[in-house]
Amino acid sequence: MSGALRRVWGLVYRHLALYRRSWPRLLELMYWPVLQMLVWGFVTAYLAGVQQNTATVAAGVLLGGVLLWEVALRSQMGFALSFLEEIWSRNLGHIFVSPLRPGELVAGLVTMATLRMLVGVLPAVGLAWLLYGFGLFALGPVVVLFFAALMLMGWAVALGVTAMILRHGAGAEPLAWSVLFGLTPFACVFYPLATLPEPLQWVAQAIPAAHVFEGMRAALLEGRVDGWHLAAAFLLDALWLALLGRVFLAQFEAARRSGALLNIGE
Amino acid sequence: MQSAAIRAEGLTKRYGETTAVDSLSFTLPRGATWGLLGGNGAGKTTTIAMLLGLLVPSAGRVSVLGHDMARDRFAALARMNFSSPYVALPHRLTVAENLRVYAHLYGVRGSEARIAELARALQLEEILDRPAGQLSAGQKTRVALAKALVNRPELLLLDEPTASLDPDTGDWVRSWLENYRAESGCAILLASHNMAEVERLCGHVLMMKRGRLVDQGSPDELVSRFGRDNLEDVFLDIARDRRVEA
Repeated sequence: MSGALRRVWGLVYRHLALYRRSWPRLLELMYWPVLQMLVWGFVTAYLAGVQQNTATVAAGVLLGGVLLWEVALRSQMGFALSFLEEIWSRNLGHIFVSPLRPGELVAGLVTMATLRMLVGVLPAVGLAWLLYGFGLFALGPVVVLFFAALMLMGWAVALGVTAMILRHGAGAEPLAWSVLFGLTPFACVFYPLATLPEPLQWVAQAIPAAHVFEGMRAALLEGRVDGWHLAAAFLLDALWLALLGRVFLAQFEAARRSGALLNIGE
Repeated sequence: MQSAAIRAEGLTKRYGETTAVDSLSFTLPRGATWGLLGGNGAGKTTTIAMLLGLLVPSAGRVSVLGHDMARDRFAALARMNFSSPYVALPHRLTVAENLRVYAHLYGVRGSEARIAELARALQLEEILDRPAGQLSAGQKTRVALAKALVNRPELLLLDEPTASLDPDTGDWVRSWLENYRAESGCAILLASHNMAEVERLCGHVLMMKRGRLVDQGSPDELVSRFGRDNLEDVFLDIARDRRVEA
């Protein structure tokens, strides 16, 4: 194992060791995705009783939206909360004076975010299939691309959140839970982008998730893969990751100059 | 010629109008144990943070083990380590898991053998499977030392290593550090408020006050220069401005 991989593994191992003996933590990862899926599953079941033709379509769009949006949410939270875990355990000082590079810190947090997302979302995907007969993976291999685009978006937002925590300390911690919920209206999870008023459509166009959900609806309703929206999603992901990655690194260096790393979280 | 363990030149840290560390210069030779003394707010923690690369100096430069900390700090960090009672290890992880994490972060090959070796040396074998949060202060100090030694550092920065320990455990830690330095040749910079500890462990002492280096020398030299009986009285003289000289 190379030096960089060994250091990234050290950070990942630290978090895996934490989860290994704490089933409440594991349960918490699955709780919200499963709960969301159950609530929206019952909504679609109710709609099916009211209006059968549209209900089948609505079920797919709603459940697909819920499950895929959880991918972005859990990826963002998994990254930001793993970082916060180091602050809460007063361990960040040791981490920052080890040879772990900032890029390796990000790689470790991304790995944990991926694992946390899979543990949280896959049970909900399975339950949606068992309870409501909705198979997300029936959409085909394009689902993997949807997952990837949303994970990248989650990590980009988490980089921004982590940068805010480095700058503002404990006061910025609530952003780790709330920031992506604030983007939900513009992510067009449950409705087409055209539903938004025109000025807001411009905002939505800049959000990768809005393109992913346009692509999901194209796959569900028209049975086609919308290459343009997928490409737009990945292009925007790359731009946001580059931008917010730079913001994170700049804040990290600013925190080294201001002394914020010495008392972060207090 | 082998580079110094630490070479600080004009090290300065300013926060706005406040100067936390002012033009600090010193050279810690390889294999030596030096003390960093000063009252609260003297600039010890700021100095240690700059030596660790956790804080960027406003002016001056530091090189550690021949590596310039401004350009090449990760190469230096892999060869040094740090321990402080004010920086915790994750409480829910066991002692063995914590040591494993840091063995990986420091790129230690044969990490399990190294952990077993440290557990024997620091009497941790009985508590390897216990969560770090359930340890006594003495056990936590020994675990923190094990973490600080996991990469066989050539330079060890210790911030109050025996704070909050009972006299017996404190004495055990001091003896252990003396032996370890003699065997390994590791350089140690020790910040402490325990003057007896500094007199016992350190061959040279840096006295800081309000961010400045106000005196330095061996404990005996300082005691003699100030006409006092022990280092604690020297510390009080400096703290109370009874005599300050560079």
